[in-house]
Amino acid sequence: MHYSIVRYILGQVLQVESALLILPFVTGLIYREQEAFSFLVMALACLGLGALMKLKKPEQMVFYAREAITCVALSWIMISIFGALPFVINGDIPSFTDALFETISGFTTTGASILPVVEDLSHASLIWRSFTHWVGGMGVIVFMLAIVPMTGGYNAQLMKAESPGPTFGKLVPKLKDSAMILYLIYIVMTLIQIVLLCLAGMPLFDSLCMSFGSAGTGGFGITGASAGGYTMLQQGIITVFIIMFGVNFNAYYLIVGRNFKDAFRMEEVRWYLLIIASAVVLITSNVRSFFDSWFEAFHHTIFQVASIITTTGYSTVDFNQWPDFSRCILVTLMFIGACAGSTGGGIKVSRIVILLKSFRQQVMEYIHPRSVTTIEFDGRPVEKNVVRSISAYLATFVMIFAISMLILSMDHNSDLLSGFTAVAATFNNIGPGLDKVGPMANYGGLSVLSKYTLMFDMLAGRLELYPMIILLFPRVWKRN
Amino acid sequence: MRIIIVGCGKVGRTIAQRLCKEGHDIAVIDKSSKVIENITGELDVMGVIGNGASYSVQSDAGIEDTDLLIAATDSDELNLLCCLFARKAGKCNTIARVRSPLYNEEIGYIKEELGLSMIVNPEYAAATEISRLLRFPSAIKIDTFARGKVELLQFVIPKDSPIADSRIMDIPAKIRGEVLICAVQRGQNVEIPNGQFVLKGGDTVSIVSEPLKARPFFNKVGIDIRKVRNTLIVGGGTVAYYLAKILEGSGIQVRILEKSMERCEELSALLPEAIILNGDALDHNLLKEEGLETCDSFVTLTGIDEENIFLSLFAQQNNQRAKIITKTDRIAIDELIEKFNLGSMIHPKNITAENVVRYVRAMQNSIGSNVETLYNIVENKAEALEFIINEDSPVAGIPLSQLKIRDNVLIASIYRRGHVIMPNGQTTIAVGDSVVVVTTHRGFRDIRDILA
Repeated sequence: MHYSIVRYILGQVLQVESALLILPFVTGLIYREQEAFSFLVMALACLGLGALMKLKKPEQMVFYAREAITCVALSWIMISIFGALPFVINGDIPSFTDALFETISGFTTTGASILPVVEDLSHASLIWRSFTHWVGGMGVIVFMLAIVPMTGGYNAQLMKAESPGPTFGKLVPKLKDSAMILYLIYIVMTLIQIVLLCLAGMPLFDSLCMSFGSAGTGGFGITGASAGGYTMLQQGIITVFIIMFGVNFNAYYLIVGRNFKDAFRMEEVRWYLLIIASAVVLITSNVRSFFDSWFEAFHHTIFQVASIITTTGYSTVDFNQWPDFSRCILVTLMFIGACAGSTGGGIKVSRIVILLKSFRQQVMEYIHPRSVTTIEFDGRPVEKNVVRSISAYLATFVMIFAISMLILSMDHNSDLLSGFTAVAATFNNIGPGLDKVGPMANYGGLSVLSKYTLMFDMLAGRLELYPMIILLFPRVWKRN
Repeated sequence: MRIIIVGCGKVGRTIAQRLCKEGHDIAVIDKSSKVIENITGELDVMGVIGNGASYSVQSDAGIEDTDLLIAATDSDELNLLCCLFARKAGKCNTIARVRSPLYNEEIGYIKEELGLSMIVNPEYAAATEISRLLRFPSAIKIDTFARGKVELLQFVIPKDSPIADSRIMDIPAKIRGEVLICAVQRGQNVEIPNGQFVLKGGDTVSIVSEPLKARPFFNKVGIDIRKVRNTLIVGGGTVAYYLAKILEGSGIQVRILEKSMERCEELSALLPEAIILNGDALDHNLLKEEGLETCDSFVTLTGIDEENIFLSLFAQQNNQRAKIITKTDRIAIDELIEKFNLGSMIHPKNITAENVVRYVRAMQNSIGSNVETLYNIVENKAEALEFIINEDSPVAGIPLSQLKIRDNVLIASIYRRGHVIMPNGQTTIAVGDSVVVVTTHRGFRDIRDILA
């Protein structure tokens, strides 16, 4: 472990965060709120501390996989801690544990909240909450790579650790350019959503927060009713955009390059849309009696389905009241998650598809023991070690899940269903679960131990498990 | 510039490393996913897995917007095919590695017919460099500029040399002659020295000189300048064949020791002038029998780096006088090897990469003053570049002492109408000159890059 390079990069990330903190400060100034100054104080503190950490340049600017992964994990913990402090300083969320939970939930684009009454927050805090979604969606490190000049190929390790999905490929030869293209697509899509929501009659502040939340597939609402208080047109726009933000961003790069054929041939995107369509058909027919018309049932179903599968977590109705069949489908969708290379969480559609194909291969091997088959994805054979790493990923996923549930079962304020869905909803970065942590409830009632467990789950889920797990191994911390 | 490199073996990888350092957008294509994973982990390049001659793979790597494709797989035919398709698909420039002696004879025809921009042949390039060293064995490395009219020579100062322990500004008086010392390497450090710099015995020094003047200079500073009359080559591969071919008629007698009987027979048919010996070089007695202790020069060209290094060590122990040249393909840790004092090391992959980088820089700057030639000197820690001065150059017509030249940049020589000028403060650069610059900076593309 080369500590000096880790320290240097963390300093850089901290300075990036100080720039990000300017947005809530300015918002607060516009609304003439004194809470705004807590963000300015934090921005200055991050700037100063970052400069201090960068003061001594490491002798060698190279780092290896180990340093990169540790850097990413530590960066996320660090930005969460510094992002939580303004809430504590300005008194919007006095408890540090709760503020940290809220911020981690923001950066990891989970959207699970501990706040009983969201409307009590200042505008500065509200927009910061939503903005953390936007930043966390595409990733802080990716943002840093896009704007800070860095050399050396091992930077790819940084981006790899932060981008969701089983495999990682660059769009263009240079990492910096790849990161810039990703952010450019991301910014343009967010802007379009903001404009459309404004045109549909939503106030600017609401449309900013809702767009940040959908772009990062986060899900913090700014009212207790989440997206329930908006018109059907506005909800419709949000539905379309959250589905779009759950698509692999490579597809948009292909579309921008006028390569439509390849974009629509992406197997993962097709599966993703197919899963959404079938879930919508099943649930709509199941919940028809709850609504006045088929259209209304369809409208609310597709919103909920899109919100859950992309791991956003907005809601227009309390789906906790829906029949068990529908709730069960929604919980299944929680685990599937969005496409790799999108801003969504979960296990990822591509992993599920490859797992299903290897399941079919296994069955074939029982029927014809001498059969030789290869798994294909996107028309290309999948390497054996990719399949192996996906199986290992699933095993690790189940293990963390089981341990987390065990810890939550000790909590008096939780029951089996609430505990199960709480872990599922945070680990997959969705937000609302069922029952006591359902869409119209919150996580505030859980014990401190449960909250820290869920915080770990959120970070592990966002960073694809291993970066967070690695931190627990003492071997990583040895100097070499 | 956007560049695609097909094949990431020793040569492809070295080219990718060099070009990456110069800031180009690079995509690499290789059949093996392991290789791609490895290289994308180390360098900031995009990797594509597949056969580089396939159109769909090339188009995945972005052939339509590419400026240059370099084919460096181990198959000549595949390389040529890659380049042919790339030209049709992307209208880009192409460089192919072609190393078979069979094609080498028809190289001009192939280049013309397939529309290739350049052909690189690492083995041939290595053989050329070795032949240069054999003709002038006192130098460790010789690079040429201005079509051979100016040479950059690297040598080690002997402990008892008259110029050891003297300041550079005092040297002309001591040896009664002009010389320009461009770079000095002492241990790990490379410096572009000024007049106050004190040279020590054992320093590796690079000088610029005209070919005929180098010999008397070496004589004066106490370096043995005898001629090589014969050479013993171990390993009868392609490099050995090219080398023997180049040395034909030069008065240097060639002996090649090769293990395989079959290859020996081939070589004896191809090289009637050379003496072909069949046997294992690791057999010490055989080496001694064939005159290891008395030969003027000893060149190790087997395919195994370790064997080459050990053979050279053995030769050095048994024959203090001989010029020893060692070829290594994979091992390029010169810092380590230097401790053994083995003399000249040849790395075919580095020579090839240099040729490609030179071409790329020239391509980037087709207007303005081109980089005519480029060499990495003293273990890639400094570069020597040759520029041709065009009409509107900002450096022309102003005395050098009045130009604001960056630190660690040295104007080493000016070649004007057949004469080499050793520049001093009053010298002015004129249009049409060919100027050699030595620098520890990287990525110079135009003569104006020397200005601060």
